[in-house]
Amino acid sequence: MMLRIGQTLSSLALGLALATTALPPAAWAAGASDTDQERAARWQEIAKSIFGDRQIAPTDSLVKIDAPARALDAALVPITLTMPNDGQIKAVSLIIDDNPAPYAAKFEFGPAADPTELKLRVRVNNYTDMHAVVETQDGKLYEAKQFVKASGGCSAPMGMSDEEAMKGMGDMRMKFAETGAGKPVEATLMVRHPNFSGMQMNQVTRDFTPARYIDKLTVSAGDQTVFTLTGDISISSNPVINFAFKPDGKPIQVAASDNQGGHWQHSFTPPSPTN
Amino acid sequence: MTAPAVQPRAFSRRSALFGGLCLCCMPNLGRAAESFAMEEVGPGIFIRKGLIADATAENADAIANIGFIIGKNGVLVTESGGSLADGAWLRAEILKRTQKPITHVVLSHVHPDHAFGAGAFVEDKPVFIGHAKLTEALAARGEFYRKRLIDLLGEERTGPVVYPTMTVADTAEVDLGDRRLTFTAHGPAHTTSDLSMIESGSGLLFPADLLFVNRIPSLDGSLKGWLKEAERLKSMGPHRAVPGHGSVAVDLAPALADLIGYLTALRDGTRAAIAKDVPIEKAVDSVARDQRDKWVLFDTYNGRNVTVAYQELEWE
Repeated sequence: MMLRIGQTLSSLALGLALATTALPPAAWAAGASDTDQERAARWQEIAKSIFGDRQIAPTDSLVKIDAPARALDAALVPITLTMPNDGQIKAVSLIIDDNPAPYAAKFEFGPAADPTELKLRVRVNNYTDMHAVVETQDGKLYEAKQFVKASGGCSAPMGMSDEEAMKGMGDMRMKFAETGAGKPVEATLMVRHPNFSGMQMNQVTRDFTPARYIDKLTVSAGDQTVFTLTGDISISSNPVINFAFKPDGKPIQVAASDNQGGHWQHSFTPPSPTN
Repeated sequence: MTAPAVQPRAFSRRSALFGGLCLCCMPNLGRAAESFAMEEVGPGIFIRKGLIADATAENADAIANIGFIIGKNGVLVTESGGSLADGAWLRAEILKRTQKPITHVVLSHVHPDHAFGAGAFVEDKPVFIGHAKLTEALAARGEFYRKRLIDLLGEERTGPVVYPTMTVADTAEVDLGDRRLTFTAHGPAHTTSDLSMIESGSGLLFPADLLFVNRIPSLDGSLKGWLKEAERLKSMGPHRAVPGHGSVAVDLAPALADLIGYLTALRDGTRAAIAKDVPIEKAVDSVARDQRDKWVLFDTYNGRNVTVAYQELEWE
């Protein structure tokens, strides 16, 4: 994977809670002045490293990315992915081109999924293109793109000690929106986890807090998978994911694991459908 | 006179991006500082009003209310400034007024506009007073802030990260001979390292950024905690206070009422958004809008405050 080390290091200094510290956004953030051609070339390289030689066709109907043009908080950039719910979407990948680890997340949908709307929160380290790539059931790939202005989201220290940030790690909550009988249910999954990026430095020890992030998370409705998420350091701390599923009256199971061997399981009971 | 000369980088292309201002005509802090005045808000207590603005290359991050107290035995710096340049300016103001040694420098919390002036006082070997949690907070963020400030001001005008040498976990007292300072370490509120102080001679409260006046409060600790600590400030006794931003001295009760009004609107609006499943990206544009006319820089900070509040309150 292309890391563009020079740029990444030069961006370590930028960002974090700019608004709370009265430092203005960095207009000169790394990557801010790249040309469209440079961005496109970078994307070609990243796409090749992830998808090999497979063709990726542009789309404006199979997936759409909504993200703020300028992030209020580079460590928490809300992303909405919109896809059709006609059974043809097999998986969606989110790639943040200029992040140190660009491949942010991959959602593979199961039979209980309704992929119409998927929300997650990510870290953005530079002014960057963001790509969503969907794979359809026939194995084809389609991409959509959105440009986001943010900087420092991956290296931004958390506002607390590592110990404090790890309190309650693995706790989960799920909220269900009201729904009619037979309709998909919208749900919000919240997971307590610092999702340390490995780029947050502790000045006392002069060490970077080791990366510790949710790398696998599976949501099932009864025996049927809703989605399996493969995650990375670009997902914000305390991950929150909004999704929809087709209820069959059975509990929702969530199993999560992180890259340091942590493993957590929770079960949630969706409300009975109202007629 | 003490502010370093403008660094060449102040005229680099990146600086020229700031608001499209013609930097050639902008003064450096040394000259800008002449328009700054120290106001004597109590006997021997001098405060400079910070700019209601964000840090820029030109203002050297001189955006917080900073100052000093001249006691019988020495000088206590109430807030040191937003950069080495800002702290050096303050130190010169002290030397104009007294020959007494600078014995204490307060580090009121972790934010750079309050912490980076401290470097200018290292040579005086004062006691640097901070919250018990400040060391940890500076360890996590100090270097990050410093690099960010260097990008803006250059290394010479930024200065080092200075750590407290005396920490306060609950309360503490410092005696300047003719007057005492009583410190209180607060729970997570504006930040996780907020330290307030009461001066015995004037009875003035120095709440630092637990109290914003005129400038929109910025949330970086705990919203619920801040509301709790604001109530605590009310019960501490003083009627007048020197806020971290805004006028140099205010009546505490109405100023706190305004602050609590904003924080309450932020809390209630964010809670309502969460209860109605309004996502964070929509809540940032709808919560606390009725406070917009009451605060300078509202559009710059409110959305960010909602983002912080949302993360805290969604786990309730």
